[in-house]
Amino acid sequence: MTKTRYRIHVRVVPRAGLLDPQGQAVEHALTALGFSDAANVRVGKAIELDLEASSPEAAKQRARQMCDRLLANPVTEDYLVEVEA
Amino acid sequence: MFRVAVVRFPGSNCDFDTLRSARRAGAEAYLVWHRETRLQNPDAVILPGGFSYGDYLRSGAIARFSPVMAAVQRFAQDGGPVLGICNGFQILCEAGLLPGALMRNSRLSFVSRPVQLRVEQTETAFTNRYRPGQLLTLPLAHGEGRFVADPETLRRLEENARVVVRYVDPDGGPLREEINGSLHDIAGIANEAGNVVGLMPHPDRSADPALGNTDGMGFFTSMLAWRSAVPAAS
Repeated sequence: MTKTRYRIHVRVVPRAGLLDPQGQAVEHALTALGFSDAANVRVGKAIELDLEASSPEAAKQRARQMCDRLLANPVTEDYLVEVEA
Repeated sequence: MFRVAVVRFPGSNCDFDTLRSARRAGAEAYLVWHRETRLQNPDAVILPGGFSYGDYLRSGAIARFSPVMAAVQRFAQDGGPVLGICNGFQILCEAGLLPGALMRNSRLSFVSRPVQLRVEQTETAFTNRYRPGQLLTLPLAHGEGRFVADPETLRRLEENARVVVRYVDPDGGPLREEINGSLHDIAGIANEAGNVVGLMPHPDRSADPALGNTDGMGFFTSMLAWRSAVPAAS
């Protein structure tokens, strides 16, 4: 089966319910700048990578394995994987 | 002679303090580079403080996959004493040898000062020379030391008395002002068997009379006194 190269976008964010002091600090700063309409700010990280896979589904599955193993900490973080064709 | 392997990762910076403290306690201590796959027959293993892999991704997240960690895992599972100090604690949590995780301090600042601790559990490989309830002053130096765990894990840690040291006020009472935001003011924990211990404060920086504080020495003398099944080879 031919493999296609996909661009993977992974978003890792602190799990809801856990204190996110960075998110709080950013929210306070936004409020101070007049963006008081911003709420529930969470600061996480974005990871991008290329991946050879037989289908977008296979690419996503592989990226999720990477998240479970290394990219996210299951105790403190949630992640979201997007596959760019 | 009691042999202590101090694992050095790229970015470890408390490796010599740890080596020195273990030797002062009477052990034969030596460094093991993280690329090694063998620990050279240790009686105890210590993961020292520092910033392994620059704290990239998460503290300890990359070091936890260093080749040496497979041997550390086996040694711990066989009952061998393993101590993680500061970054070493973060690595043990990432490796799943201890539950929970260490997150960014609640006030976002790097905390670097002596703190007061209460010894909560003395039946471990690294605290058996202390008295239950004993107060210690140990230096703290970290930006990511806020202990978190899900409610069920936290409940089990407390019920099974696996909290080893807790942050307290100078008078020994509960903290009135938080230090790093750790749940239940937890500074260090143990696994169920008590052979694996991790803590954020630095006993390695308070085990030399020249530094004016030897409160941390007990962690090193305790490991020499610990009686348990230590694996013959690893």
